[in-house]
Amino acid sequence: MDFNFTKEDEAFRAEVRAFIEEKYPDSLKGKVRRDELEREDFLAWHKVLAEKGWVAPSWPEEWGGTDWSVTQRYIWNEENARADTVPLLPFGLSMVGPVIYTFGNEEQKKHYLPRIYNGEDWWCQGYSEPGSGSDLASLRTKAVREGDHYIVNGMKTWTTLAQYADWIFCLVRTDSDAKAQEGISFLLIDMNTPGIEVKPIITLDGSHEVNEVFLTDVKVPVENLIGEENKGWTYAKFLLGHERSGIAGVARSKRNIDRLKEIARSELVDGEQLIRQADFEGKLAQLEIDLTALEFTELRTLASESAGKGPGPESSILKIKGTEIQQRITELTLEAVGYQGMPYQRDLGDNVRPIGPEYAEMSAPTYFNTRKTSIYGGSNEIQRNIIAKMVLGL
Amino acid sequence: MDFSFTEEQTLLRNSIQKFVQDEYDFDTRRKIIASDEGMKEENWQTLAELGLLAAPFTEEQGGFGGGPIETMIVMEEFGRGLVVEPYAPTVIQCGGFLRYAGSSEQQEALIPQIIEGKLKMAFAYAEPQGRYNLADLTTTAEQKGGDFVINGYKAVVIGGPWADKFIVTARTSGSQREEKGVTVFIIDKGADGVSTRDYPTVDGFRASELTLENVVVGKDAVVGEVDNGLPLVEKIADEAIAAYCAEAIGAMKVLNDTTVEYCKTRKQFGQPIGKFQVLQHRMVDMFMEYEQSVSMTYMVNLKLEEDEIERKKAASGAKVQIGKSGRFVGQQSVQLHGGMGMTDELNVGHYFKRLTMIDTAFGNVDHHLKRYAKLSQA
Ligand SMILES: Cc1cc2nc3c(=O)[nH]c(=O)nc-3n(C[C@H](O)[C@H](O)[C@H](O)COP(=O)(O)OP(=O)(O)OC[C@H]3O[C@@H](n4cnc5c(N)ncnc54)[C@H](O)[C@@H]3O)c2cc1C
Repeated sequence: MDFNFTKEDEAFRAEVRAFIEEKYPDSLKGKVRRDELEREDFLAWHKVLAEKGWVAPSWPEEWGGTDWSVTQRYIWNEENARADTVPLLPFGLSMVGPVIYTFGNEEQKKHYLPRIYNGEDWWCQGYSEPGSGSDLASLRTKAVREGDHYIVNGMKTWTTLAQYADWIFCLVRTDSDAKAQEGISFLLIDMNTPGIEVKPIITLDGSHEVNEVFLTDVKVPVENLIGEENKGWTYAKFLLGHERSGIAGVARSKRNIDRLKEIARSELVDGEQLIRQADFEGKLAQLEIDLTALEFTELRTLASESAGKGPGPESSILKIKGTEIQQRITELTLEAVGYQGMPYQRDLGDNVRPIGPEYAEMSAPTYFNTRKTSIYGGSNEIQRNIIAKMVLGL
Repeated sequence: MDFSFTEEQTLLRNSIQKFVQDEYDFDTRRKIIASDEGMKEENWQTLAELGLLAAPFTEEQGGFGGGPIETMIVMEEFGRGLVVEPYAPTVIQCGGFLRYAGSSEQQEALIPQIIEGKLKMAFAYAEPQGRYNLADLTTTAEQKGGDFVINGYKAVVIGGPWADKFIVTARTSGSQREEKGVTVFIIDKGADGVSTRDYPTVDGFRASELTLENVVVGKDAVVGEVDNGLPLVEKIADEAIAAYCAEAIGAMKVLNDTTVEYCKTRKQFGQPIGKFQVLQHRMVDMFMEYEQSVSMTYMVNLKLEEDEIERKKAASGAKVQIGKSGRFVGQQSVQLHGGMGMTDELNVGHYFKRLTMIDTAFGNVDHHLKRYAKLSQA
């Protein structure tokens, strides 16, 4: 057991830091905080990293992976959080990408992986349906084979950033007579196919990040099937494991705690800094301790993963604790700014000075929006069910 | 001991319920808060006609002599409807200043106008550096001849955009946080040197940042005693807290009912999600939080007229309870609704946002926990 950085690690950190400093697009600075990201903003950083060869570190080397050690990946995440870079979207890089390189055929790999890598295709995830959220296997969107096409009918919902997407990976029902899990297939669908309609869902904080996707007689070539027909559930489960291991968000949470501390230094209580108040200080300390525990739990998980054990059901811990901490940070940030979180500033427009201190600007919408993290990616109740069943054997 | 409501009180509740039902369904509210004005003048006139704007004023003042329990009923029902019209700022807060400490000229000039629905007011007390400390003021009022010259800045003045007049706290003497030296003024929005920056709030209300630059007012603008305004401000703040607690229990009740109903009908894994025991226990906890909040809301409203220490403890205790329960009930309502809870379309998020912001009104949980601790050790 060892938690020291080697000379090589430190050199790697210096390299990463210098790279980000030099190459991170100026146009993006501050946009993450202000939640102003548009399609091109997400892609701008992606493309810089693709050029450098760092956009998909965990992929097989053959497809552009970097073969970084656990420590290097850890450093990579830390440096990105530190610099507040635009988070890379997971849908292509950490969801459908791994499914394709694990279960896809050679042609699919050759066609899709480089396009994902280079940011040419924007992917979205078409799993959930109005009637199938936690109980995903009950999904009803249907694909019927006709010659060399599937005809897809149904509806997906909560589809994140589908408004920008070129492609959607969908779970569809191909056998209605089989048991729920056994009649599902994994299909890649071009968003430009006739019969697809995307409608926005506005969330409680006023943002447009999720959508409804309607599919009416959508013709999908059979080549777009991943793996075998009716085996989609296996691939989906594999993917959910991947989704979970990235979700702890330790480095970003560290960064956000630092930011919360800055706020708590600016806010005054009876003329003294909020951060010096015993109650607030205690809450901050507790948060940091929780995060440290999570960090070491994640490192232990990553280490055993790199020793060849795939992300097991234990990774549900990372999802639960990670999201609870993210939510707690936004909660304390809103507490810290107090009533200055009240102004609704989203429609204020560019170049308009914010109401109240700049640091208070997004605190309330961020707090409201972050409630999603215990709902999506398998709700925290479902994650607890998984641990109960798969780990504890209950 | 009696916790039942009188017949008049029940009638009062029914009339507000009818108003909320007829004029304030969720879609109508959505339109109201999205309108340029952000409130509906017709509703304000309806509140006047129903006598609600007159409720807490004495009969001599032209009112109905209602007490804290009547105000509690009004606010609880407003909480259920998420009513945004500025009842709390105008009638409870500014009306309270006038009732308790207004000169007879002030009372005669302003109270009838409030009652008739012709005058809206807002209470401008918060300053960024002062956080929740009502005495921490950098706004100053300097005596010049017989007049006062007021300079300063007030943040997040709820109802500011709709107000014709403000009640403003300013320092007439003493150091920045001294108890002595706080004075309460009435300032016309149209007065020279008054400017506002108006905006919507995250919970659907409207507020203003208020800047005062060499605003000149006469002695007749002072409410209560010069330099000795703080006890009055604290009394009004405690009454405002009692009212917001009532609003909060109204909102929590809707959330709990909505959530239980949803869990009975939403099916996953072939059964209503309400059958999952973990969700049952969650809803039981939400229910208990609500019940405890109702108790603390009754408690504070029953104790508002007791001596100062008792009143302050009651207000702080209730505000702590409501802050914690409101957070739990709000968050869990969203959680149990799954993705639906995250939408702007469903009412759940809107109640959650309102409850979140009620915690910041006149002091959050931490502030009142400390205030309570100090009082109970004294
Ligand atoms: C912001 C956001 C983005 C999303 N992005 C995507 C996306 O890009 N692609 C996609 O496919 N989906 C996406 N989702 C959907 C997400 O995965 C679902 O919301 C989630 O699976 C929950 O399903 P549901 O909303 O139908 O809630 P439900 O499944 O109806 O759950 C409601 C409540 O019941 C609880 N519950 C359900 N079953 C059980 C049980 N057995 N035991 C205990 N409790 C239970 C849940 O935990 C929850 O609290 C997104 C959701 C959100 C909010």
